[in-house]
Amino acid sequence: MSAAVIELADIRKTYNEGTPIANEVLHGIGFAIQPGEFACLIGPSGSGKSTLLNLIGLLERPSGGAYLLNGKAIQEGDDDTRTRARLETLGFVFQFHHLLPAFSAFENVTLPGLMLHGEVTRAMRDTATRLLTAVGLAGAMHKPPNQLSGGMQQRVAIARALALSPQLVLADEPTGNLDTHSADEVFALMRDINKTQGTAFLIVTHDPRLAARCDRVIEMRDGTIVADALQKQT
Amino acid sequence: MRFEWTVALRFLREGGLQTLMIIAAAAAGISVIVFITSFLGDLQNDLIRRTLGVQPGIVVRPAEEVARPLREGNEALPQIQARVQRLRSVDQWQPLRQRLENTAGVRAVSPVAAGPGLITRGDTNKSVTVTGIVAERYAAVTRFNEKITAGEFHLNPGDAIIGTDLARDLGVGVGDKVRISTPASPGDAYQIRAIYDLGQRSLNRAYAYVSLPAAQALLDLPGGISSLEIAVDDLFGAENMAQQLQDTTPHEVESWMRANPQLRTALNNQTIMTMLIRFFLALVVAIGVASVLVVSVVQKTREIGILRAMGAPRARILRVFLLQGALIGIVGAVAGCIGGYALTSVMSQFVRADDGTQIFQAHWSSQLYLFTLISACVLGLAAAILPARRAARLDPAQAIRI
Repeated sequence: MSAAVIELADIRKTYNEGTPIANEVLHGIGFAIQPGEFACLIGPSGSGKSTLLNLIGLLERPSGGAYLLNGKAIQEGDDDTRTRARLETLGFVFQFHHLLPAFSAFENVTLPGLMLHGEVTRAMRDTATRLLTAVGLAGAMHKPPNQLSGGMQQRVAIARALALSPQLVLADEPTGNLDTHSADEVFALMRDINKTQGTAFLIVTHDPRLAARCDRVIEMRDGTIVADALQKQT
Repeated sequence: MRFEWTVALRFLREGGLQTLMIIAAAAAGISVIVFITSFLGDLQNDLIRRTLGVQPGIVVRPAEEVARPLREGNEALPQIQARVQRLRSVDQWQPLRQRLENTAGVRAVSPVAAGPGLITRGDTNKSVTVTGIVAERYAAVTRFNEKITAGEFHLNPGDAIIGTDLARDLGVGVGDKVRISTPASPGDAYQIRAIYDLGQRSLNRAYAYVSLPAAQALLDLPGGISSLEIAVDDLFGAENMAQQLQDTTPHEVESWMRANPQLRTALNNQTIMTMLIRFFLALVVAIGVASVLVVSVVQKTREIGILRAMGAPRARILRVFLLQGALIGIVGAVAGCIGGYALTSVMSQFVRADDGTQIFQAHWSSQLYLFTLISACVLGLAAAILPARRAARLDPAQAIRI
């Protein structure tokens, strides 16, 4: 078995640490995600799913425990190191699409490359075209986000998350704001990318229907993991 | 920097009306600064020219004679009578003139022999300063040729030039004859060659210009002159230059500033007031730019969060907003320079001296505009520092939740 993309051990997160209103929201979380895995994180609201995802995405620091990204304790590094790791290793898909409204769909997808290399190369444009075609937006590539439907925007966001071929895509309720049909499409798209490109996914979802279609389901409640099981897909 | 440029330009474009309005505000402020700056220089030069009349930038004249007690020792002298100042020549003025002419910053040098005299027609006497000049040299120093209202500016030994008011008092015109005499000489008949107008009644009665040899004869200064008048390139540097010259000659060297202290004070105050106005205008522009950027940071919190989550480090977010400030500054300055030029052109038509001449003119000063551009860019950058730091410090995890 190859080395895990992420490894968490006894991760704790306390908000307002050291004050009378200190509130521990994660109590000793531990699991690992292997390359190419397609896992989902379920649980009721307030169980700490989004906080955990932000921690894994290096947007927040844990209050305790160990977190390794590709075997490295990147959390200990300064803001620039973590930002760089985020750009190179991780992709983000958020619930509310979160495209940059001032940029077209195509430009949103080339933005991570511009950020990393300081220019938009031919190869990046080709990648963006390929990704947007793959997510079914070949005809709407140069439209600004506000002219796209919710499902289309979310597909652009997925294409953007994949632009730099990350090892792991973190998706925070990517289908939460979509109708059933669009949700199915977006989910199928992620599944497909996982199968064809071997990108690992960690998807936070409320939708038991979608959870049933993941290889692995991690269930959280009140800041702890209550179940973590592999399931066979038909 | 491609990333920063791309994002900064998009953010500004997305700002739409907000961006346009702050650029317009910056342009308005900068155009007034440009207007005041280009206007002030002309205005002050005009004021100096009009107030000084024919006074040059620097005058070299013989040092005052002082009484030197012959008795030496500790015995206290009860009183020393100050000496009477005789009309004397500047010693060795020819080599001095040549040396002055070769000094950097000196535009022209004119020898002048001037002393008290009387101008007479019939039984009317008027006291005047008999002023002997070499016409071309004097014109080079004082632009006197521009003040001639009748006749031509040229002096043969028998010619004289007087002011309009003196001519009226005496009832003479160009071609008429008058008698000019001095305490040292019974004088001679002179033909009025030209009439001048310096714009001040007292000055128009004060001088009777004759040729230098004629004045030397009238004032009993054979071959001598009473002063050397110097035109300098930089009027406001005249005092410094006078002091430097003073160190190299035994004569008395005096700048227009020392000769007219009130005028100098008035001009200084004007300069200080203008600088204050410019400073506060710049401050208002900077605060405007800063406040719009602060609002923009709040409006774009989510976008900044997305960029940070995608992997943009703090420094890049900082630069995105600094660039926006600088861009607003530069675009505002370009529009402001054009506006300032237009304002100067329009105003120069309305603001005129009592004789109808334009006090100032719109001229395309690339130095002023370049300076304005650079300052506006720096100003915009400075104004953007606080908002940019605020943007860079946003916590991405919180920002994307908004």
